[in-house]
Amino acid sequence: MNCRSEVLEVSVEGRQVDEAMLALVHTILLHRSTGKFHYKKEGTYSIGTVGTQDIDCDFIDFSFVRVSSDELDRVIRKAVGEFKDAMGNGTDGMGQISLEFYQKKKSRWPFSDECIPWEVWSIKVNVVNLANEQERQICREKVGEKLGEKVINIVEVINRHEYLPKMPTQSEVDNVFDTSLKDVQPYLYKITFQITDTLGTSVSTTMRRLIKDTLAL
Amino acid sequence: MDSDLSPQDKKDLDKFIKFFALKTVQVIVQARLGEKICTRSSSSPTGSDWFNLAIKDIPEVTHEAKKALAGQLPGIGRSMCVEISLKTSEGDSMELETWCLEMNEKCDKDIKVSYTVYNRLSLLLKSLLAITRVTPAYKLSRKQGHDYVILYRIYFGEVQLTGLGEGFQTVRVGVVGTPVGTITLSCAYRTNLAFMSTRQFERTAPIMGIIIDHFVERPFGNMGHMHPCNYRAPAEEEGGYTGVEDSQEVCTTSFSTSPPSQCVSALSTAHLKSLKPAVMDTLKVPVMSLGFSHQLYCSRLSYQPPVLVGAADFCHPSTLNAANPHQMGIPGKEGGVPQQVPVQPCHAAQAEHARASSCLPNDHVPAVPSGSGEDAEASSRSTDGKSVSPRDVMETTFTRKVGAFVNKPGTQVTTASLDLPFAAFAPRAYDIEENDPMVQPPESPATSSPLQGSLHSQGSGESGVPAQDDFVMVDFKPAFSKDDLLPMDLGTFYREFQNPPQLASLTIDVSSQSMAEDLDSLPEKLAVYEKNIDEFDAFVDTLQ
Repeated sequence: MNCRSEVLEVSVEGRQVDEAMLALVHTILLHRSTGKFHYKKEGTYSIGTVGTQDIDCDFIDFSFVRVSSDELDRVIRKAVGEFKDAMGNGTDGMGQISLEFYQKKKSRWPFSDECIPWEVWSIKVNVVNLANEQERQICREKVGEKLGEKVINIVEVINRHEYLPKMPTQSEVDNVFDTSLKDVQPYLYKITFQITDTLGTSVSTTMRRLIKDTLAL
Repeated sequence: MDSDLSPQDKKDLDKFIKFFALKTVQVIVQARLGEKICTRSSSSPTGSDWFNLAIKDIPEVTHEAKKALAGQLPGIGRSMCVEISLKTSEGDSMELETWCLEMNEKCDKDIKVSYTVYNRLSLLLKSLLAITRVTPAYKLSRKQGHDYVILYRIYFGEVQLTGLGEGFQTVRVGVVGTPVGTITLSCAYRTNLAFMSTRQFERTAPIMGIIIDHFVERPFGNMGHMHPCNYRAPAEEEGGYTGVEDSQEVCTTSFSTSPPSQCVSALSTAHLKSLKPAVMDTLKVPVMSLGFSHQLYCSRLSYQPPVLVGAADFCHPSTLNAANPHQMGIPGKEGGVPQQVPVQPCHAAQAEHARASSCLPNDHVPAVPSGSGEDAEASSRSTDGKSVSPRDVMETTFTRKVGAFVNKPGTQVTTASLDLPFAAFAPRAYDIEENDPMVQPPESPATSSPLQGSLHSQGSGESGVPAQDDFVMVDFKPAFSKDDLLPMDLGTFYREFQNPPQLASLTIDVSSQSMAEDLDSLPEKLAVYEKNIDEFDAFVDTLQ
């Protein structure tokens, strides 16, 4: 199975990084989350209800919809916050957040479970610094428009209805879905990021991860 | 093609499509209410949430959507469209976007109706939620209120995109293949929003004509009392109205061609004061504005019912098969087969649309000022011998020439053009009605505010209007002033502050003295600055 990979690129000002990332990650997760599964006898299950919430950005002329789950929001904000801290404050730079949806494949001991990604979203961020308030105002609107285009891109990809993991049995639900949240159930995902400093060299957690994965195998 | 589908699947599919259409309309309309939407996730299925999404149902919207569908389903050649438009407080309207739910002939025979189609429809609704916040109309709808309102219209059949102007863009929300066809959801939105401002100018002259046309088509009998001002009988008293209607009541009186005393009495300050709250009342809430839209659009195909967001009973669980939650699946298979599709009446039967009567006066309010002027003007026709009406608000030294809605449509030009206060000095070409006996008023600056232009005195000839040739002001009566009411009024204020004293620095004597002093003190000042030069440098450094 091939992993579907999509790349989104945005240029934002320093203080817009958080909201831009939240907007895109939440939009993707909105489409990749279902209600909680409740398995019943005879192998049937019911699905809970996903609520939605409008969020207005403070630094961008943009609003987006996210899943109504404070828990999920906290997790995403934490990841985006770490990304932003890694990007540094007030400096130009480039970075990339990757939102990867994967399935777990149980392996026999001593091998650990395998994580097989089936969809990876890479959001490349270019942070710029602006000199004055007028430029910031223009940037506010422009970034809002750009994010709108990205949302349309995301929706376009998702509505191709390409591979999605099969609905799991009760015993396998944790291999497909993240069941740790109380109110919603997104597909298993992980968020990683890498930062490129202004010199263009890649100082990355990705390299370390690659090495780690290779060693793990 | 249908023969490949089992009866149960066909039934399920029809139900899915029907409720998908209804939910689509709800999502679109709710996204244009101007408010942030928030619904709660629930881990336990309530059984009333179609497509596993918490989308509230506004009963009026559901009702009207069902009315538009009229028992049919969106199908091949039968599209369901939701048109979103904008209407200004002046009556101009513009289509902003049209959302289309269509079906084409491309079938996916192998797809599992009960599971895959259902889940994909759910995904499509989520996409719709996301996309509705991205099109330009969303921002406009969030800012609706005093200046404009957002309206919606649902229709079924052929898609009409001509109202979107040139260069409209299309965004496809998504597609879902089914055994009977492929469902497509898309949005066409206007990009040229500059259109409206030009239209407003074009419409300035015949604005009364538009109002007349506008309400002629209105079919609602109970809107009789909301008819435009020009239809009202003079001096008709109707009590028990809200502030909005009161002001409209007043302004309708002022529009009539009734005798001066009745008309002008309506033009009281109180009336003018009440105007403002009226405007606020009618335009303050998007909900109400949607209701208002209802009135105007009743002449068109469908409705725009008032959307009572706060009041509506959201998410009626109705009589459901409680035993069966929304979706039952047999996991492990490609699609779980739901054992029972929820039966969801989903219809909080509204017998009628709420007719928000208070909404209508939006159209009237802007017309009031000019209308009031014309009303007073109407009275002026019979004031040959009459003195200034006792309740004149504005004793500007001019008067209108012809009455509003009198059988002289040619004279129904804008207030600004007729009410040339200094028309005496204007070319005679403006004096369309040569037989008007009223004295031409002295000219004042062109009035941008219709209010200003509309208020005038009667029989200005007697009130000290100067003769055209000798510009001798016998008695200064400025605009908006009432000499007889307050000890300190606008006129007094003008007089007192008309000639302010010269600034001290500008008088010659003082300036010449200070100049000399300045010159003398310069060297000393320079010395002081040089002494403190280090301080200044340090200050400049901190700024960098």
